[in-house]
Amino acid sequence: MVVAEGRPGVSAQRPAGLAAGDAGRSGVLLLLVAALAATCVLSVAAGTRTIALGTVWDAFAHFAGTEEHVIVRELRVPRTLLGLLAGAALGVSGAVLQAVTRNPLADTQILGMNAGAALFVVFAIGVLGLTGIWSYVWFAFAGVAFATVLVYALGSIGRGGATPLRLTLAGVALGAVMSGASAGIRLVKPRAFDYLRFWDVGTLAGRPAQIAVAVAPFVVLGLGLALAAARSLNAVALGDDLARTLGAGVVRTRVLSVLSVTLLTGAATAAVGPIGFVGLMVPHAVRRIVGPDQRWILAYTMICAPILLLGADIAGRMLIRPAELQAGIVTAFLGAPVLIWLIRRRAVSGR
Amino acid sequence: MNGVDFGHRVVVARGPGPLSVRFGARTALVCAGLGLTALAVAVLGLGTGEFEVPPGEVIGALAGQGSGATRLVVVEWRLPRVLLALLVGAALGLSGAVFQSLLRNPLGSPDVIGFNTGAYTGVLVTMLLVGRDYHQTAAGALAGGLLAAAVVYLLAYRHGVHGFRLIVVGIAISAILASVNQWFVIKVQLQLAVAAAIWGQGSLNTVTWEQVPPVAVAVALLTAGLLALGPRLSLLAMGEESAAALGVRTERTRLLYLVIGVALTAVATAAAGPISFVALAAPQLARLLTRTAGVALAPSAVMGALLLTTSDWLGQRLFAPTQLPVGVVTVSLGGLYFAWLLARPMRKAAP
Repeated sequence: MVVAEGRPGVSAQRPAGLAAGDAGRSGVLLLLVAALAATCVLSVAAGTRTIALGTVWDAFAHFAGTEEHVIVRELRVPRTLLGLLAGAALGVSGAVLQAVTRNPLADTQILGMNAGAALFVVFAIGVLGLTGIWSYVWFAFAGVAFATVLVYALGSIGRGGATPLRLTLAGVALGAVMSGASAGIRLVKPRAFDYLRFWDVGTLAGRPAQIAVAVAPFVVLGLGLALAAARSLNAVALGDDLARTLGAGVVRTRVLSVLSVTLLTGAATAAVGPIGFVGLMVPHAVRRIVGPDQRWILAYTMICAPILLLGADIAGRMLIRPAELQAGIVTAFLGAPVLIWLIRRRAVSGR
Repeated sequence: MNGVDFGHRVVVARGPGPLSVRFGARTALVCAGLGLTALAVAVLGLGTGEFEVPPGEVIGALAGQGSGATRLVVVEWRLPRVLLALLVGAALGLSGAVFQSLLRNPLGSPDVIGFNTGAYTGVLVTMLLVGRDYHQTAAGALAGGLLAAAVVYLLAYRHGVHGFRLIVVGIAISAILASVNQWFVIKVQLQLAVAAAIWGQGSLNTVTWEQVPPVAVAVALLTAGLLALGPRLSLLAMGEESAAALGVRTERTRLLYLVIGVALTAVATAAAGPISFVALAAPQLARLLTRTAGVALAPSAVMGALLLTTSDWLGQRLFAPTQLPVGVVTVSLGGLYFAWLLARPMRKAAP
């Protein structure tokens, strides 16, 4: 077909991005890890009430049950953990999706995942009348899994199997049906609409610590699968035929990737809601820094995405104290200018 | 029939002088079939409702015969809505074809350059500050959408606008605007949020005759513009370098197409709200039916008109007397049709 798919894996014409050479990439990665650690500390200390670092330390070392200690242990640390997990999960799932569909526009919307999660949550709230946070969590997860299975099944019917284009189109088609259904329910049930306008935004606030614990195994498993698939994703980026010639298991890679994306997106969406921009933007930005190698892209994304999400959360807490802006709203404001700067940086960029 | 074998039947009609038209036989058949179906659905739409009119009498009333009551209902009340559905659908299909060819991506649509998100922001601001009247919302949508598109174009401009850079900048700006919209939706009263959400789905519920002529004139002018540009769109879809080698002045031509594409979307959005999915699906659906290599303008336009007319009729009838916004039906119906086309056993041209 003439409408050529973009290929994120080979998008930079020159293979090296900002950081050239493995030594350079490792150095920058170490710096980013340090930045992530600093962001985590800041996330525990900063907020409506700023807590001194010494007190934060005491909250763990010599817990005395003061109000500040309780805030640190019960609110700030779970929130930070949630940001770490969800950030890494959203970022890596976006990177894997863009690689496996070979489309730089791919995000969790594309495989109908957010639409699936929203449909199930709408159903739970609007039709079953559930409102507790725990009902959101598992319904959102189930919605993501349901949507992915359906999309993959539809994409694999027929000759040629689940090619990237067929997967993308199947995702767009089924995602549209599901979002139409959920929009219908929402407009008929104003109460569901009222709950959902808040769920839609996505936030790290007000989640009990157990949620981070509950989704952690899924995130870890998903990240592991993504890393396992990274090398063959490099080959798949060259096109299915060439990948086969190079000895990569195309179908195996695709199944692994989709499974990983389902686990990651399911866990993250369940925990913090559909924060789309992290998965879309971070891999783009990272690709401009490290070049097209998926292994580096995944490693960088895993570090950079939580920095963005936690940074957005901290900014949201600090900007309009004592009120808060939801992290889902702030991510775009922090991330988009960086993305625009990166894409404009090179006079004649590869693509 | 002459010359090169394109692998499909091609009809060439030569007129006087330099005028000649070449079109695929299958494409022409598909266009005619889709067009007739759209007209049939339109007649059906004119005849059904609270006051039933058999198809024969509908055609009579359109020709100026029949009783006064029938003519009042068919011509004065229902005809503008059906006409607008046809026009807006065609406009959306055309703009989708333009964007997908320009960006060389099956996910390319006016949304990509931030138009719809900007229009939504415009409407939210207008509803909050000015009022909720039809003309005010339309003006707000136009202003917001055009402003967003202009900002995206300017930010992406650097020694010319590169397709890929346009996409990424569009994503970034859309993300920021989407955050603004979400913030509005959770901050304003529920009633206003629901009203905005209904507008945001796209609806033809409040259409009267006075809205038809401006839309018709605008769509006709823009279509003439597209025709005047000739075959350059499919040349651009072959890629920058090939198009330039074939004598297309890429930068200028792309800007012209962008302006026409945005204008088509603007007309549709001002008339009926941001009806999603038609621009995305119509070109791909048409491509699956005509089995052409790339997306084509005429089939996309007819398919868009058919999709929107059918959806609007179903939206009125499915849960009568509750009228669903047409956008809710478009996504569900278009999505299901899309899924069916994908699942259908492919004979030759698997996408």
